[in-house]
Amino acid sequence: MVKVAHVQLSSCCGCLVSLADTYEKLLDVLGAIDLVYSQTLADVREVPDDVDIILLEGSVCLSDHHAMEVALDSRKKAKILVALGACAATGNVTRFSKGNQPSKPVHDAFAPLTEVVKCDLAIPGCPPSPESIVAVVLAALNGDMEYLEPYAELAKYGSEACGCDLITKVINKSLCMGCGSCAAACPTRAVSMDAGRPLVDKEICIKCGSCSVQCPRIRFPELIEKIE
Amino acid sequence: MDPFGTYIKAVSARAADKEILKKAQDGGIVSAAYIYGLESGLLDGVIIADKEDGFAAAPKVATTREEILSAAGTKYTVCSNLSVVKSAVREYGCEKVGFVGTPCQVRSIRKAIKYPVGYRHVPDKIALIMGIFCMENFPYNGMKAIVEEHCGIKMDDVVKTDIGKGKFWVYSKWGDVKTVPLKDTHPYEQMSCHVCMDYTAELADISTGSVGSPDGWSTIFVRTAKGEEYLNKMVEAGAIETKDIDAVKPGLDLVQKLALSKKEKNAKEVEHRKEIGLPVPY
Ligand SMILES: Cc1cc2nc3c(=O)[nH]c(=O)nc-3n(C[C@H](O)[C@H](O)[C@H](O)COP(=O)(O)OP(=O)(O)OC[C@H]3O[C@@H](n4cnc5c(N)ncnc54)[C@H](O)[C@@H]3O)c2cc1C
Ligand code: SF4
Ligand code: SF4
Ligand code: SF4
Repeated sequence: MVKVAHVQLSSCCGCLVSLADTYEKLLDVLGAIDLVYSQTLADVREVPDDVDIILLEGSVCLSDHHAMEVALDSRKKAKILVALGACAATGNVTRFSKGNQPSKPVHDAFAPLTEVVKCDLAIPGCPPSPESIVAVVLAALNGDMEYLEPYAELAKYGSEACGCDLITKVINKSLCMGCGSCAAACPTRAVSMDAGRPLVDKEICIKCGSCSVQCPRIRFPELIEKIE
Repeated sequence: MDPFGTYIKAVSARAADKEILKKAQDGGIVSAAYIYGLESGLLDGVIIADKEDGFAAAPKVATTREEILSAAGTKYTVCSNLSVVKSAVREYGCEKVGFVGTPCQVRSIRKAIKYPVGYRHVPDKIALIMGIFCMENFPYNGMKAIVEEHCGIKMDDVVKTDIGKGKFWVYSKWGDVKTVPLKDTHPYEQMSCHVCMDYTAELADISTGSVGSPDGWSTIFVRTAKGEEYLNKMVEAGAIETKDIDAVKPGLDLVQKLALSKKEKNAKEVEHRKEIGLPVPY
């Protein structure tokens, strides 16, 4: 049995809800794994020492030594460490936390997990769709590295995600052909289409990374070419 | 170089319904498939490129025959069809969505299905992916320059545009028909089309275009088992009539010639971009 743990840092539980929202697919996934730790789904107090996959949701509060320890500890215990969701992958809305908020006015620095420890995979999205979580977990169980490659890249280089990526990486590079995939992917509706190009409202963008991850003109894995 | 991508079979076809044929661009395959889908329950919502004022295009979710017919015909300008896919599922509550798009858009929706990070509950709701052949597209103001400056027709008066026989054709509601040689339209093309390596929507379930078949007919590539099943049902229901592609003129040779010319030209552009250090989709 493959041992999987769900660990949580600064986050809203949305990714956990997404994980639980896989309906019958969750049974496939959970049936194939041994959920050894999850604050909400399992009655266990400690993350065991050798876990095959840790799904870590949330960003790391750098002004909280406890959070730092959980991050380091998770890295040590996991064979595959997955930054689950935008807070862990790209910082997401926690990028905007700058202290003085209740209930911990002194907590002022939040970084995505990918910037604190080396992660093997990162799944952006706020929250990532249940389908994408299932696909990544199944690919990890099967060792399908080709499918996982884009997620491995995001774990390495993806932490600065923002709606601005559409401008700097696609439109400015003369690659945008106006499909509108970015607009549909945005959970906050910060992206609208104007004359066939995305228009990003920076006041609304939470830096979840969905738009640029979804853009086929940045990344188009070859395996998509294989249809049935 | 592989001109068409994988396919199960190719046929020439046209819609049986006269009203569809009157309004459609070519053989009315997209409209016929959509209308058949809604009426038979195989689809419960479809994505279309609606006509707006000034012959602009806007993506829309359609659920009726009338909406599909009023959006029939080609608009040679970018229409962000993917942007409404999620509203088809969320706001319209569709469970069986029909999608149509240019080859690039078909690639986008395949990516959304395979890597659905921001597409919660969408992948299993896409029931049919139709692709339309595409050599290039124009930004709206590019199309406007061709129509207004080269053809002298106001955008508000346009009823139909077409590309064929080496020319861009504009039909006005007053009955005027004007043309521009395609070589004069090249400067208005969307630059990002020049890295596009797909002419016949190689990742669609069913691809269709005018090239290869006689006027009023369309060429169809059936690519997936899902597409084949769908097309067979349409034929059985009498929604379209088909002919052997080898029995029509000019046939697949012309499609192959155009597909390869696009791929060869754009492969050079991709190489050129790499040489000068510009990114390409990877
Ligand atoms: C930019 C562009 C370039 C093309 N280039 C070629 C070519 O080189 N060779 C060739 O054979 N065919 C080309 N076509 C396809 C051709 O013009 C017809 O769209 C196709 O044959 C379908 O005709 P139909 O009668 O079956 O469809 P119809 O029943 O008329 O339906 C057409 C459907 O396409 C949708 N549509 C219209 N414009 C757009 C758009 N801009 N973006 C996305 N969807 C749209 C409409 O919503 C409608 O549902 C091109 C189409 C476009 C949009
Ligand atoms: S997904 Fe990429 S190519 Fe498509 S509209 Fe957005 S930026 Fe442009
Ligand atoms: S624009 Fe939208 S999808 Fe893109 S990073 Fe911002 S919130 Fe996320
Ligand atoms: S040429 Fe390619 S990129 Fe341009 S509109 Fe057609 S399919 Fe899209």
